[in-house]
Amino acid sequence: MNLFGIALRNLKRRKARMAFLVIGLLIGVATVVSLFSLSSSMREDVQHKMENFGANILVMPTRNDLALNYGGIALGGVMAETTELIEADLVKLNAIPNAKNISVVAPKVIGIGDIDGSKVMVMGVDPTVEFRLKRWWTIEGAEISSVRDVVVGSRVAKSFALTVGAAIEVNKRPFTVAGIIQPTGSQDDDLILVSLPVAQTMLGKEGNVSFVEVAALCGDCPVDDMVNQISATLPGAEVSAIQQVVKSRMHALEQFETFSLAVSVIVLFIGSMVVFVTMMGSVNERCHEIGIFRALGFRKHHVIKLILTEAVVVSLVAGIAGYLSGIAAASGLLPWVADTHAQIVWDPTLAVASILTAIVIGAVATLYPALHASRLDPADALRTL
Amino acid sequence: MAFIELDKLSKTYTTDAGRVSALSQTNLQIEEGSFLGVMGPSGSGKSTLLTLLGGLALPSTGRMLIDEIDVYALGDEMRADFRREYLGFVFQAYNLIPYLTAIENVMLPLAVTRIGSAQQTELAVDALTRVGLGNRIDHLPNQLSGGEQERVAIARALVNHPPLILADEPTGSLDSATTTEIMNLFSELNREGQTIIMVTHNAEIRPYFDRIVALKDGSIESDIDLKPEQAVAVG
Repeated sequence: MNLFGIALRNLKRRKARMAFLVIGLLIGVATVVSLFSLSSSMREDVQHKMENFGANILVMPTRNDLALNYGGIALGGVMAETTELIEADLVKLNAIPNAKNISVVAPKVIGIGDIDGSKVMVMGVDPTVEFRLKRWWTIEGAEISSVRDVVVGSRVAKSFALTVGAAIEVNKRPFTVAGIIQPTGSQDDDLILVSLPVAQTMLGKEGNVSFVEVAALCGDCPVDDMVNQISATLPGAEVSAIQQVVKSRMHALEQFETFSLAVSVIVLFIGSMVVFVTMMGSVNERCHEIGIFRALGFRKHHVIKLILTEAVVVSLVAGIAGYLSGIAAASGLLPWVADTHAQIVWDPTLAVASILTAIVIGAVATLYPALHASRLDPADALRTL
Repeated sequence: MAFIELDKLSKTYTTDAGRVSALSQTNLQIEEGSFLGVMGPSGSGKSTLLTLLGGLALPSTGRMLIDEIDVYALGDEMRADFRREYLGFVFQAYNLIPYLTAIENVMLPLAVTRIGSAQQTELAVDALTRVGLGNRIDHLPNQLSGGEQERVAIARALVNHPPLILADEPTGSLDSATTTEIMNLFSELNREGQTIIMVTHNAEIRPYFDRIVALKDGSIESDIDLKPEQAVAVG
């Protein structure tokens, strides 16, 4: 028989009260765990997207003039004199120090094409990399697989009443519509895509490319360093990093993390109040019992230890159950806030931290009730004497 | 020097109605091996005296020596140790812990000592056997009769072999047959040398004591020393 044994027997006797205490703390821990798991999974999700989707570096010819269009609206048909990049120069990209971080190099040539007297934007692309880069494209039909294939944007298909497999002449060259890009809401809807060499020939831009989209492989690789390295390799090019989308997504995530932290603090505070009120009630209910302990020779610190032991045991149970419930809740919620590939991972640090947090909160919230119990006058507490 | 010496012990309580003197300037010497009955009507100060003897409250003035230890000069924690080492309490309402079995209740005073689990069990079984409850050690208090609960309380008071047992109306809620059983048990313990101080207002158990102190209005009204040959052995 020791203090731990007495504490356990008391907990067994007061099952309902202890269940209430466990639930109070469990909800707090579960909320914190699920919010932390969700935000870390969402962060991984964003990084995954950065690694896999879209370009994050744009290489364009240096221009001395200013753009005369905004938001897709060109002003008065003013066309800046265009210069081109040399396609052969692109191999130099393989020599930059961070070359291993480059996932995709997608060169393009653009120009004006003619279909039955109407002008359309023609873009020559490398089919092997372009469709890998634009994973958000949904293509009805197939991708470009031969020099006679074109893939057209949705507005182009609509304007010329094109369907998959239809024959079409661009600049009096016969092509077959291999696929139609479903509406994207971007300028891609107005494009006719052909293979790069065909476009270069058709547009009289052999050996040239209009711009290059580059995808770097990792979420936190030094994009600015790579921009500088590419600029140094291609002196005639203007290299810029497209970080806006990722940054805004990360900013939203940071806001979510701040919100999670605030919610966690509030929920844990409420949890600690539940523990405090319950333990205080328990101590007041057990005045008589504590008086007996004191009369039998328990020191004040024995009483404190007894009450704290009960709190720690309850908190340990609440911490473990809270962690498991939090992980379960996060797994259930994750599909609503992130893509399907994202998953909740078993994180021992979070498990240990959540259990320790529960124990610390349980113990701290019980400190005053325990001190109060130890200060009870044994004669008053017994009353019968 | 007597085993217990009370020197001008007073206790005054402050209530809404003003200051109430529960015990005033009490001097008392109690020898080791005594079986002292403290009697008196309600409000005479007998419970206050027992509370002070048990070191559960501090007096307003005066001092108390038990085995030459100045009990009220001890700090709060040392007084807890003193109670554990020197005293065994038998309370009026048994005061057993409801969620602990008979043997666990008896082991309570040992729970905060360095005595190991096996020896605790041995001591508790001995104490329960001594009070005739060796076969009911695993029963919870609510599974025991009033007399059995009283016996568990006595076993708990005995388990650490304290020099002094303080009993507060131990027969207060027992029928006369059980009262006789319990008082015989106390007598037996006293004959073995155990010092016992018992507060009671039950005049029927007067013959068991070898000394009776009667209190009235917080003062000793009479102090009758019954000779050992006058003490009645019942049973």
